[in-house]
Amino acid sequence: MSAARAATRAEVCVVACAEAWRGAGEVLAAPMGTVPTIGARLARLTFSPDLLLTDGEALLAGDVPALGGRASVTEGWLPYRQHLTLVATGRRHVMMGASQIDRYGNQNISCIGDWGRPARQLLGVRGAPVNTLNNPTSYWVPRHSPRTFVARVDMVCGVGYDRAAQAGGAASRYHHLHRVISDLGVFDFRTPDRTMRLRSLHPGVEVGQVREATGFPLRVPPEVPRTREPTPDELRLIRETIDPGGLRDREVRT
Amino acid sequence: MTADEAVGRLASGMTIGIGGWGSRRKPMALVRALLRSDLTGLTVVSYGGPDVGLLAAAGKIRRLVTAFVTLDSIPLEPHFRAARQRGALELTELDEAMFLWGLTAAAQRLPFMPVRAGLGSDVMRVNPHIRTVVSPYADGEELAAVPALRLDAALVHLNRADARGNGQYLGPDPYFDDLFCEAADAAYLSCERIVDSAALTRAAPPQSLLVKRPFVSGVIEAPNGAHFTSCVPDYGRDEAFQKAYAQAAGDPEAWAGFTERFLSGDERDYQAAVTAFRTREVRPAAAHGEGA
Repeated sequence: MSAARAATRAEVCVVACAEAWRGAGEVLAAPMGTVPTIGARLARLTFSPDLLLTDGEALLAGDVPALGGRASVTEGWLPYRQHLTLVATGRRHVMMGASQIDRYGNQNISCIGDWGRPARQLLGVRGAPVNTLNNPTSYWVPRHSPRTFVARVDMVCGVGYDRAAQAGGAASRYHHLHRVISDLGVFDFRTPDRTMRLRSLHPGVEVGQVREATGFPLRVPPEVPRTREPTPDELRLIRETIDPGGLRDREVRT
Repeated sequence: MTADEAVGRLASGMTIGIGGWGSRRKPMALVRALLRSDLTGLTVVSYGGPDVGLLAAAGKIRRLVTAFVTLDSIPLEPHFRAARQRGALELTELDEAMFLWGLTAAAQRLPFMPVRAGLGSDVMRVNPHIRTVVSPYADGEELAAVPALRLDAALVHLNRADARGNGQYLGPDPYFDDLFCEAADAAYLSCERIVDSAALTRAAPPQSLLVKRPFVSGVIEAPNGAHFTSCVPDYGRDEAFQKAYAQAAGDPEAWAGFTERFLSGDERDYQAAVTAFRTREVRPAAAHGEGA
């Protein structure tokens, strides 16, 4: 194949999201947002062929369409009520957005400010409380900033490690925050006190930049690897098969 | 019966469940009838979309029970946002699954359902009335006890129904409409078309029969009655209209104009105004490569 253009930041993020579903097995990949959606489809087309994907509505896609396209094969039916009950089975790995997230992985999409009279009303808690207690959960933040990575979230929707532990066995039994992926790097909670740790830096990003954009003390190991770049085959799949319209570049600045 | 007759059976202060999800298959003709009524102080239970936005803007809602309010293709509902930010309504904010199991408990005539959701989240902080329950079995797990969401009335919109109240959905998702009906003391079902019972399964499988007549108090034929939300396969969401709605909602003067134009008359006036909107504003724009 001809020499491809170097991967953009958005394409690195797509691969980082896809990696969250590596080894996930036969579970529903439930991505929210453009880059995670491309990532889930890329994982299915490459290293996680057993993943289940939805068409964004009530059907499980039997093949992998381009963004905005329709699957030509339907392999299952998953209306909202079944989707909600599937969560309780644990056979799902969701990647949600976060208007705010703290060092323990508590996430907020409900409102900014005092809940009683918010400065900015957002979506509401949606399914974040049930998701985080029942199936592996990752987060995607397309614009890493101190306004998003905060010391304390205004309303805990998705439950973090500290809150899950405090709430007792029923809350922590299946609780698992897998990754946080932003436009700057990849993060996890594999630290003794389950606080957020820098796992890898996207190409061209430095540690200082991440620290500056993070509103809490971030664990940074002595050696931080680079997020892996897409392979030529992955780049071709992203650019030609999954997102020929280039929607990923609208979500992440290059 | 008509939408106005259905709403005539409701009373101020009631708890009303509204079917559909976000900006999908909302019983908008019934919601518009609610807007025309003098009912106030409602507790609205809804996976919220423009039903919540319109009722909030009209000051009809005292308390809202929900997990979210969204227009789907427009993530944030402008009237709901404004109402929350000016403290205009009380909110019972539940997780999507807690909401489902609350409705289920009501339908099953149970006081609560145990749920692995809410624990550790601020849903428990902002709903101090929600208790937990300890499993009586060896695991001893302490779970959220989501109280039943019993409704005085439910409003839902389906594709087809017979006159006795057997309701049919023809799209891919039932949402929770049968559950809303079963959780309610009275349910009013609007539909695109009332057909003979025999016609219901002539072209669709029996499992498309979602709502059973013992749970329905009145059937309303309301063509285009979910507009501007979707009612597939009969029609998709009217994105151009929804955009106009959201834009108007951002400005009091524009909203007054929108209300005057679309919501000052009855359902027939509304549908005529929508037809005029589409003819004058959407089609010319579409000819220039914009719009729906």
